[in-house]
Amino acid sequence: MSKSIDQVFVNAKQWLLSWLAGSPTWMIQVVSDLINIFALLFVFLTLFAFMSVLERKILARMQNRYGPNRVGPFGLFQPIADGVKMLIKEDIVPARADKIVHFLAPILIAAVAILTLGVIPYGRNMTPFTIDGGVLFFFAVGSTTELAVFMAGWGSNNKFSMLGAMRAIAQMISYELPLLITVLPVVMVVGSLMPDRIVAAQADYTFGLIPRWFVFTPWGAAAFILFFVSGLVESNRTPFDVPEGESEIVAGHMTEYSGFKYATFFLAEYIGMFAISGLGITLFLGGWHAPARALEFVPSYVWFFVKLSALLFVYIWIRGTLPRTRVDQMMNFAWKFMLPMAFTCIVAAAVWHYAGRGLRGWLWSLVVIAVVYTALSMLLDTKRKFAPRVYRFAE
Amino acid sequence: MNGLAFILIAIVTVAAALAAATLRSLMHAALSFAVALVGIAAFFFLLGAEFVGLALVFIYIGAVAVLIVFTILLTRRDVGKTRGFNWGGAIVAAAVFGGLILAILKTQSLAIVAPHVPRLTVKQIGAALMTGYVWPLQCVGVLLTAALIGALVLVIEEKR
Repeated sequence: MSKSIDQVFVNAKQWLLSWLAGSPTWMIQVVSDLINIFALLFVFLTLFAFMSVLERKILARMQNRYGPNRVGPFGLFQPIADGVKMLIKEDIVPARADKIVHFLAPILIAAVAILTLGVIPYGRNMTPFTIDGGVLFFFAVGSTTELAVFMAGWGSNNKFSMLGAMRAIAQMISYELPLLITVLPVVMVVGSLMPDRIVAAQADYTFGLIPRWFVFTPWGAAAFILFFVSGLVESNRTPFDVPEGESEIVAGHMTEYSGFKYATFFLAEYIGMFAISGLGITLFLGGWHAPARALEFVPSYVWFFVKLSALLFVYIWIRGTLPRTRVDQMMNFAWKFMLPMAFTCIVAAAVWHYAGRGLRGWLWSLVVIAVVYTALSMLLDTKRKFAPRVYRFAE
Repeated sequence: MNGLAFILIAIVTVAAALAAATLRSLMHAALSFAVALVGIAAFFFLLGAEFVGLALVFIYIGAVAVLIVFTILLTRRDVGKTRGFNWGGAIVAAAVFGGLILAILKTQSLAIVAPHVPRLTVKQIGAALMTGYVWPLQCVGVLLTAALIGALVLVIEEKR
């Protein structure tokens, strides 16, 4: 019973394809891909709509106010109202803008974000596109975002846009390094770039109790935290939303966009957030595996989306808690702390592997991480004393 | 099916390459160059060389195209201006094209039906890099480290 519920979407797709039985293979292939694409778009666009209203709700709760509560029950229909509003708004293109580039930038940025969703395993047998180098595909396609952001900034012909795009590209390139390098230990330990294999490698339980997710090893935990922070930067979320910087450069590369093009940028940001969280779940949090053997009767895709919602909640939580960082602080953090720590994760994973992947390896890799962390924090300590601010001219 | 995909990708790639060579605005040319690179990556995918295609997208779109675009932005005062037609460049391009065509025509014709090549997995490529080609790999690593240190030195100079 639980098995058939687990495979219900896979079976539904097979059933749909059975209508085509007898037609040429290429046609079945194309239709199967189209079904995958429609399912992905449907699920994640719905999730985007709900996420936008949930984020406002949760932020409102954290700031002691109501949030949207007018449209529908509990304000749940807010995204529909927002969508209609965005669609009927006037689309303003600046007279001096580069029309083609200005038009193509939001399309490219959203397309790239949606493409990266395609390689993540959402459940047992539920990877939309199985590629041998799936993780590499994710990052290769994701790196195109930089060009799209540049197009948005340059095409607008506006100095705020250009400054915002420069900031965005600078931080994306800086944090792409730690992001990639934190993925490497997982790839090394599993010995494959295929997301399905990485998930399969985390299937078992230690002592039949603790799941073998990589986040439960010292190197995995460190790498996951680094990965998550880099993910925050890559999706331009608070506290790293310097490119937007409403108070200084008026939404950065999105300054000259209005109406649905502006909404497309937001769509891309949220989809990017889903994708990077999905990859984090695949790499470190055991993919669609249940956290305990007793809970394996719950369908695999439910576990994936439970983990995804947990991560998304953390994203919102951080947004409600932390102030924006300064550009130079952020860059220093990337190059002086994140990058060396990411390299340490590789070493720690190697130590863990060669010490037999058992308790001994666990302790040794913890020692490696702890030593480097302490050394780095001592080196980077500015020895600056912090005291309550003294107001000299105002009381 | 593959033939159709080949023709479609070829049309897009050649059109983008022509646009890169002829468009008046330098920035447009740089962006169409990126499109042409995507087309070439698509060819590698079509041939089953996923890793090469992905590496191409990663390095050429993610890094080189951004670098080109920034170079144009930071070194030229007249980014907005259109450029003229460069006859010298056209002659060089025609000469290279002619040379390549000559070389291709002179080679012995290959069998039409390609021999069955097993699909290379990323793992095999990694194993080959770590065993047979370990010295070239190390040399590339040293070269990249030297370039990185050089870039750092250039930046540090400014601070004094």
